[in-house]
Order: sequence, then structure tokens, then C-alpha cells
Amino acid sequence: MCKDCGCGLPGDVAIDGVPAGAPQHDHSHGHSHDHGHSHDHDHQHPHDHAHEHGHPHEHTHDHPHPEDHTAHRTLSLERGILEKNDRLAERNRGYFLAKNLYVLNILASPGAGKTAFIERTAADLGTRVRLGVIVGDLATENDAVRLRGRGIPAIQITTGSVCHLDAEMVSRAMERLDLNALDVLIIENVGNLVCPAVYDLGETARVVLLSVTEGEDKPLKYPVMFQSAQVVVVNKTDIAAAVGFDREAALRNIRRVAPNATILEVSARTGDGMQRWYDLLASRLPR
Amino acid sequence: MHEVSLMQDTVIIATKQARDAGAQRIHRIMMRVGALSGAVPETLEFAFDIVAKGTMAEGAALDIERVPIRCYCAACAQEFEPADFVCECTRCGQPSTDIRRGRELQVTSLEVS
Repeated sequence: MCKDCGCGLPGDVAIDGVPAGAPQHDHSHGHSHDHGHSHDHDHQHPHDHAHEHGHPHEHTHDHPHPEDHTAHRTLSLERGILEKNDRLAERNRGYFLAKNLYVLNILASPGAGKTAFIERTAADLGTRVRLGVIVGDLATENDAVRLRGRGIPAIQITTGSVCHLDAEMVSRAMERLDLNALDVLIIENVGNLVCPAVYDLGETARVVLLSVTEGEDKPLKYPVMFQSAQVVVVNKTDIAAAVGFDREAALRNIRRVAPNATILEVSARTGDGMQRWYDLLASRLPR
Repeated sequence: MHEVSLMQDTVIIATKQARDAGAQRIHRIMMRVGALSGAVPETLEFAFDIVAKGTMAEGAALDIERVPIRCYCAACAQEFEPADFVCECTRCGQPSTDIRRGRELQVTSLEVS
């Protein structure tokens, strides 16, 4: 059953169709306790504490089981719930750094145009920048197939029903890409503006897409996501007029929630505005 | 709806700590959840009942301390609590990216026996 929403969808996380849910600890429990407890102490207990407590060993206190009188006690923890993911994300980040790889985490609602944006980027940059993609969806390999069809190395993570990618899924998926042959790794997250926001994957930068069909107040409705973005891309500008998109309101709302983010307005379909994105990318890439 | 994942991690952290401390049962889990943590307290509570089943935390109470957002405005040298999720200074109206509180997502303590 689905781990996250209980929806009953089958399946666990798979990478290019291969289940990734195999247990991580492979210890085989092969030790066969043969040490045979043969110490022959005939009750001459050598512990010398001289039983000086007042009652003369006629134990008449009548609480039969020790757990009956163990009081509740408080353990202080102060632990972050996401610390395991954060630790794995830092490990990914260190690995990416060592590979001199620039890693983007691309986030948006379903249908905002994430895959089209990546396709257009790959097509326009051609051989100048070597791109690889890890793409997450609940099911189907469609996006990876679509990207590979354009000559882009792509690994599909199907999460089964998990609503976000996490650092561990990414670390498993990237083993299947030749990272030495890449300049930029793009991680296309599961289409969702809520859950993926709090899962660090080890990326260098976060790009949040907002398409003009979604409504100008989306940044205000999903502030956690937009606050985490270094770049906000307004996509599908070619149909803005047709859907009555209020550009000024959208830009104002993005700036209110993410004052430091770079805002780009593009149409991944027509290519309009994409040059600013390539310039930005070029300026950030390690030399 | 990643609250089930979050509560699974919470129960894993809690049961390990409790076991390490020699406890048999967890009676109460105390958490701190910020308004910007991306998690909804009610959903965490709902998820907790499901994921705690069969663990030493089954039947435990869940206390969630909600942490409001606190931002800092450098120009006004003041901390403020924004009216909504947008960190605009309550004095000068300038946006702030210095979020001091509100992102918490923590297990703070356990009551065990």
C-alpha cells in the first residue's frame, strides 16, 4: 500500500523499472551461539556489598513484577525528523562537488512544463553543455523515454506513490548515470508544490516553475516551495494572453514570497525567453 | 501528504532512543512543528496513529508544539511575526529572507517507562 497517502496503489520505489526497495542491511545472521554457558558457580556470589538495608532479608514487599513500579520518565531528544535525509543530501552534495557537477532540482505542479523546459534546454544547449536527467514520477517511464528519445541520458525513478523524491532515491539513481560525462545534472522532481519542498536532494540550486495557467496567487498559496527557490521560472508565456494571465500580479507575488529569487519568463515551447536562462546557467557553471 | 513518511521517521527515531534508554514503552511523543515546515499538525496526528501500530509507541499521546513564523528585519533591527506566510516587516513593509523560526520539524522529548 502507498506509504504516504494510504491510497492502495501498488509498488515501491523503482529506478528504471528495477525495484529499489531492497533491504539495505544485508547481514546474514549466521552466528550460531555455541558458547555453552558452563560456568559452575555454586552460589557463592562474590559481590561483597553487605546488604545493609534495614529489612532483614525476609522480602515481604508485595510488588510482584519490576515493571509495575517503573515510573514514567522523560527523555530529551531535540532531533530533526528529516535529519537522515539531510545527512544523505549532504553526502550527495559532496559527491556532486567532487565531480564538479552543477545539480538542479526542478520543482512544479504536474503539467507546469518541467519536462518540456528540460527538453528545450537540452536541445538549445546541444553539445555545449552535457546534460543528464533524473526524473521522478509516481508511475510510468514516459518522461525518461521522452528525454532519451532526444538523446539526453535519463534515469526514471518511479516512486510508486510517494509524493516527492528524497536524497536516497537520488543517490541510487545517480549510480546509473555516468556523472563524469556530465556538466549539469537536472533532477525533475515529482509534480507537487508541497512535499518536495522540504526534501533536500543535495542540489546546487532549486528552480521552481509556475505556468501561466496556474493562477497568479500560487506563490502565496505554496510559500514554502517558492521560498526555497533560487530561480522561479514563469512558463508558457506564449499563451498568457489567452488565459488572461495577470503578469504584474504574478511577479509581485513571487517577489513577496521569494525576494532573492531570480525570476525568468519563458515559453519552453517557442523558446522565447530561454536565452536568459542559458546565460544564468552559464554564469553559474563551474569552470 | 508526506506526513506519513515524516511520522514513520519520527517513530523510528523515538523507538531507537527509547530502546537505547532501556524503556519498554513510549507514552508520549513531543514534537515541535513550525508554520513553514511544510507539515500539517492535524495530518501528522492522523498519520501517527497509523504508523505507530505494532511499535512500542502504539497508543502514545502526540503533543505538537506549533511554532509561529518569526522573521528579522535588518533595517528596523526588529524581529516580527508576519500576518501570513509572507515575511514583510510589520514596520517598514520590506520583504525579509531572514527567517528565524517557523521551519522546525523536530522530536523534542519522549515520555517512556
